[in-house]
Formats: sequence, structure tokens, C-alpha cells
Amino acid sequence: MAKELLKGNHAFAEAAVRAGVEAFYGYPITPSTEFLEYMSARLPALGRVFVQAESEVAAINMVYGAACTGKRVMTASSSPGLSLMMEGISYIAGTEVPAVVVNVMRGGPGLGNIAPSQGDYYQMIKGGGHGDYFPIVLAPASVQEAIDYIGLAFDLADKYRAIVHIVVDGNMGQMMEPAELPPMREIPEKVPDWAVSGAKGREPNILTSIYIDPVDEEVTNLRLLKRWKEIEKNEVIFKEYAVEDAEYLVIGFGTAGRVASSAVREAREAGIKAGLLRPITLAPFPSQRLEELADQVKRILVVEMNSGMMLDDVIRIVKGKVPVEFYGRMGGVTPLPDEIYAEIRRVSENTGPGAEDPRDEWIPRLEKFISGEK
Amino acid sequence: MVATAEVIYQRPESFTEVHTHYCPGCTHGVAHRLVAEVIDEMGLREKTIGVAPVGCSVFAYRYFKMDFVEAAHGRAPAMATGIKRVLPDRTVFTYQGDGDLASIGIAEIMHAAGRGENITVIFINNAIYGMTGGQMAPTTLEGMKTTSSPLGRDVKLAGYPIRMAELLSNMDGSAYIVRRSMHNAANVRKSKKAIRLAFEAQERGLGFSLVELLSSCPTNWKLTPQEALDFVGEKMVPVFPLGDYKVHPTLENLKV
Amino acid sequence: MDETSIIISGFGGQGTLFAGQVLAYASMDNGLEVTWIPSYGPEMRGGTAHCTVIVSEEAIGSPLVRNPDVVLALNLPSVDKYETLVKEGGVLVANSSLFDREITRQSIKSLLIPVNKIAEEIGLARLGNMIMVGAMLALKPILPLEKVKEALGNHIPERHKKTLPMNFEAMDKGYRFAKDHL
Repeated sequence: MAKELLKGNHAFAEAAVRAGVEAFYGYPITPSTEFLEYMSARLPALGRVFVQAESEVAAINMVYGAACTGKRVMTASSSPGLSLMMEGISYIAGTEVPAVVVNVMRGGPGLGNIAPSQGDYYQMIKGGGHGDYFPIVLAPASVQEAIDYIGLAFDLADKYRAIVHIVVDGNMGQMMEPAELPPMREIPEKVPDWAVSGAKGREPNILTSIYIDPVDEEVTNLRLLKRWKEIEKNEVIFKEYAVEDAEYLVIGFGTAGRVASSAVREAREAGIKAGLLRPITLAPFPSQRLEELADQVKRILVVEMNSGMMLDDVIRIVKGKVPVEFYGRMGGVTPLPDEIYAEIRRVSENTGPGAEDPRDEWIPRLEKFISGEK
Repeated sequence: MVATAEVIYQRPESFTEVHTHYCPGCTHGVAHRLVAEVIDEMGLREKTIGVAPVGCSVFAYRYFKMDFVEAAHGRAPAMATGIKRVLPDRTVFTYQGDGDLASIGIAEIMHAAGRGENITVIFINNAIYGMTGGQMAPTTLEGMKTTSSPLGRDVKLAGYPIRMAELLSNMDGSAYIVRRSMHNAANVRKSKKAIRLAFEAQERGLGFSLVELLSSCPTNWKLTPQEALDFVGEKMVPVFPLGDYKVHPTLENLKV
Repeated sequence: MDETSIIISGFGGQGTLFAGQVLAYASMDNGLEVTWIPSYGPEMRGGTAHCTVIVSEEAIGSPLVRNPDVVLALNLPSVDKYETLVKEGGVLVANSSLFDREITRQSIKSLLIPVNKIAEEIGLARLGNMIMVGAMLALKPILPLEKVKEALGNHIPERHKKTLPMNFEAMDKGYRFAKDHL
């Protein structure tokens, strides 16, 4: 199939349709609304299900219900909407049913704004909802990756009976890029043996997240943890650029990682041995690869559109082998390549020990930068 | 002499052989049985998916012998919507109490009715939160003592009881909205007929159906079972009048 | 060809986003990598509307830039904002129909072009964006003019098809004006 110029939100939605999504339940919120609008026309035309719910709370619980039937089902929302959905997400995880949830992240906390952000890293990666559970989190950085990984998201959700989050930001949702959509997949007729469908000729299926005896709940927690260990072993995805001989490693995901790739290229042109690690699965995190690279490089720079959330994971994994530094923009500000390039330059010239908390050195740099920008 | 036996009462096929956890005198068990009998009589068991609530009937799925899911508190109508939309030829019902349906889940129930969602809701109104130990519910009567209204519900501070059947009957998507009571045999029989019509409404694709059942909670009301049933008949019925609030014309002359 | 970054900026309704899309389609149709990213949200309603287009032979990293190679400024606020931001040696094309001042920065290639006036001559006021695109292609030939016209022909929405000849004329006039005034 030929490449088409596709807008992020539309491409995600169409890719989900082609991956066999049978139902979409959602609630409008900028900057993810186009996803819902697209589905509102496309799914009914295919005889599939679209419902605009009364709230994100209702939407995710509709997703929960449909997920219990074994159908491919999803929703898309944006940060404040995800906060409301966390209840249902925890139930979906606790009931061990598959579902895909897209978060087009925006500036926060609170009402914040509608500009691109990565401020939901903790919420999405560390669980967000209550209880012991482990979501798979994918962070594509181009329209083509979004198309490719939304199909994977459904496959992973089914394979592990798990919730899969796709995190992007408004840049990704609004951007147009040439990309290729996959062919339409057949929707399988077969109903999974655990699904509810009416207990015809079999014992009833009961789907619940309640385990009133703590030991039963503990057994469930253990099952989820062991499944997560499998996921950690099998499903890590990342992209690298110019790391072979890199002395300075930049780590960023999504838009930040993509912008950083321009800065790394510029640094290479200037003779600085910089390389980029861009995790695509934020959970499971490419820990093993990062450990290897930490043995190779002299210094690490983490770039995010938040206050340093993935940074904590990087520090945990690097274990002080080399200094870790941080550059972040917050509140809906996307860092530009020249900022990150300047940071790479600075990092390449810095032979100091590095701060215990890299944010302590970053805060005054950012304050200075903002006052210059204004 | 030839011995003959006639079965006049037995466990419905839609029931499991499990003793319920309900308190002595609680009407949940009877309400469950009515639903099971209706599902048996209509031959729906193998195509029915139930949605259990959070509340005393959180374990309803243990007692019904059919596919069941367990919703978050108040979200049963949303979950039922999710199921019914992808499996429109199945029978989907929720079983919800007053805290679940009229308080935390009031948005979900109103919108399910507003959409004319083709599901059936069994709504148990016993004017109290049972599972958490007797707190004030949105349906608690004025002056009624609960653990969170120890001096009796003061409507100036805590507002008035909410009449859900009346509210829901105003939604254009509702096909069958009635209130019945469980306080004596005659009313239990009327309740069963209403449950039957509610499921008939769904089977005919008429839209949203709900049966509100005035029920007793002797434990949290601190009354004997009989006193509790009397309380329903004497105190609750005047506040929550029994009746048909919305009946789709197709159901009006239906003989069941 | 190296990577070229283009910002098109103006009032909402001046067709800035569509002009960027035309360049994006033309780039894609001719085998180049391209990204198009708009400003979005409340600022689009009534205020300024701008988009960033990056065109390259290689995979594109950042879809956003601080210092673009090319700016097409359809109104004065856009000129004010981007005159200083255009990259050294870059190109600024400004719609002189809507303001009366010189471009003072010497280290860039700048062109003042009265696009509203030219559009009125053609007979359709909305053509300013395409005149700008034509002028740009004379100053920064990322693609031949004919290729961009071809892309416009292939991707213009059906309801606007009848204006296609006027759009072509607009591109030609912009291109010609730029050639004549440099």
C-alpha cells in the first residue's frame, strides 16, 4: 500500500479499526477528540460499536464491560480524562481482561492546558489506579509508529489479558506525516474461553476483580506479577541512534525523544559523540539495554516534557555508574532541538560528579532559559 | 394405592446450589429468586449476562447460574451498556442497590435510560447502605436514624429521599419503569410479574427497563424481620408510591 | 538537499495550514520525508494560525524548530514575531498588503509581496496563501513549481476543484513576482 499523508489522531484511529477494534467508548476532550470523532463515523459504517458516554468514568466502564466479552475494545482520552478513568483501569487490570487505552497527554496538573506534555508518566507507567497491577505502556514517536504499535497493543492486550496504554501528546495527535496503513484484519469469530457470552452448554464464566479472602487476592497479585515478569522478558522495544561509539547518551521518549534525535544528529555533525536511546515500551522499560549503555558512556542526559519522571527510572537502573543529568520542559512546552543540542554540548564538557538529584542543577538552568525566552 | 408426586416448588435452574450470605429476613434472597424464576420461565439462562453491583448483593454472581460480571460501585449500567452493545442478542441485566444506583451511579443510570439502552435493571431500595453497615442512603426516609444520620435524617442538612422510578420514567429512552414492594406475599407476586415484563421489554427491544423493589434491611434498621416488612409497608410505601411510572404500549396488554 | 524547515503564519482564515499541507503533499508525492504540524486549540480561533513544515531527504527528527529556514508571514504580527527568528541566511516572505514597514534584518533574504492586491487582481481574495507558496519556491526551490501545482491538483478538496485554475495562476504570479523583485 502507498504512503498517505495522515494526521496522527486519524491514523491511530484507522489503525485501530484495521487491527480489529470492535467497539469504542469515549468522551470528548482536547487534544484527543479527533480520535473519537473519527470513530463516530467509521465504526457504525462498518457495523461496529461506537458510544459517546456521559463521562470518562462511564466510558472506561463500558470498555470494561465489552472487554469481558473478549472483543477488541478501546478508548482514547487526554490527561484529565485518564484521571477519571483510573477507577475502571484498575478494575480491568484486576479482572484480567484485555483493553487498549490511548492517552494524548496535555499540560497539567488540574485543568492545565491542551498543549503537548509527558506529565502523566508516573500515572501511566506506575499504575495510576489503585492496587498491585502492571500496565504495558507504549510510546510511539511518529505517525507510522503509532499505526504499527496500536496493532501491537491489541495483540499484547490479548496475549497477556492486560491493559495496554499508548501514550502520545498533542504534537503526535495533530501532526501529519506520510505513513502506510496496514490492511484490514479479519475479526476472529472465536470467543475466548474465559469471556462472558451466555453460558450455553458450559459452566458459567464469572469475571470479577473481587477476592474477598486476602490469600486469594495475594495469589492473584502473584499471578499478575509473574505475568509481568514474562512481559519484561519478552516485550521490550526501543530505538537507538548513533550509540555504537557514543560517549554521551541522551534518553527520551515520544516527542521529546524525537526532538532529541535532531539534537543528537547536530551534535554528531559538531564532532560530539552523542547517541540516543528512545524507549518505545516505557513499561516494560529497556532496563537491560540501559545497563549495558551505562557501562559504555561517560554521561547520560535524560530529556522529558515533565519534571523528571522517567529520570527516576534511569537513575535507578544506572545505579550511579555514570553521572545522570536532566533537561525537561513542563506545562505543555515542547523543547526545541537547539535547547537539547545546547544541553548535549554542556554535558559533553561537564566532567563534574553530577548532583544526587539532577533536578537540583536543572532548575536554575531552566529558570534562566525561561527568563531569556520571555 | 398409586403414589403420585407433583413438584410444586423447587430450586430454579438459574440458581446455583449455594447458600446466600444474606441476613435473616433480608429480601435480597426473594428478589434473586424472582429474577431466576423469570429467566427460567423465559428460557433465557444460557444467553443471559448479569452485572453485579457493589453493595450487599456484590456476590450475586455466586447465586445465579449464568455468566456474570462484577462492576465497580455504581457503574453497572455502563458495564451493561458495554456488553449489550457488542452482544445485542444476549439478555443483559444489572442488579443494584440504592447506594449504588441512586448515589454514586446516578449519572450512569440516568444516561443508560436516556440512551434507551436495551437492558433490564433490578433496583433494590431498602433506604440504607447495607454492606458498609447502615449509613444514610439517598433513599433514606426523613427522620430515619442511620449510622451517619444518628439523630435521624435532617432534610435541611442531608436533603430529601430521591425517587428514582419517577425520575427515570421521564427519560424518553425508558420503556418500562415501575415500583413494587417486597413486604408481603401479594406484593412479591406483583413484583415477579413486573420483573417478567421488564425482561419482556428487553427481549422485544423496547428500550430501558427497571423494576424498583422496596425492600427490607432488618439488621441495619435494627428491627425484627416482620417489623422490617411492616416498616416497608407502612413507612416506605407512602414516600415511594407503588405503581407503573412508564409502560411501553407493547407491554400494556401483554399476558404473562 | 538538506533539511528545510518552513513556518507559515497568519490570521485564521488566511489558509496558512492548507498552504503547509500543499507543500507536505508535494514533498510526499516526490519521495521526500515531510512533517506538518499546526498550532492548535484556542489560539486557532480568531487569533494567529501557523504550521511548521519540515522537508528532508532523510528521516525527520524534530517536527518543530526555533529558527526556521523559511517563513511565510501573511500578517504583521507574524512578521514581527519571525523576522528575528528566521535562521541566518534564511528566507522571509511577508505580505506587504497588510502593513507598511521595511524588513530591517540584513542577514536574511526577504521579500515584501502585496499578496492581497495580487489576489484581487486574479479575482479571488483567498489566494494569498498560494501566492506566498509560489514566491517561496522562487526563493527556496525545495521542489519545482510544476510539481507543487501537480500536488495541489491531486489533493485539493473536491468542493474547491473549480478554483484550481485560479490557484495555479496565484502560484505563478507569486513565483514571477519573486523572480522579478530579487
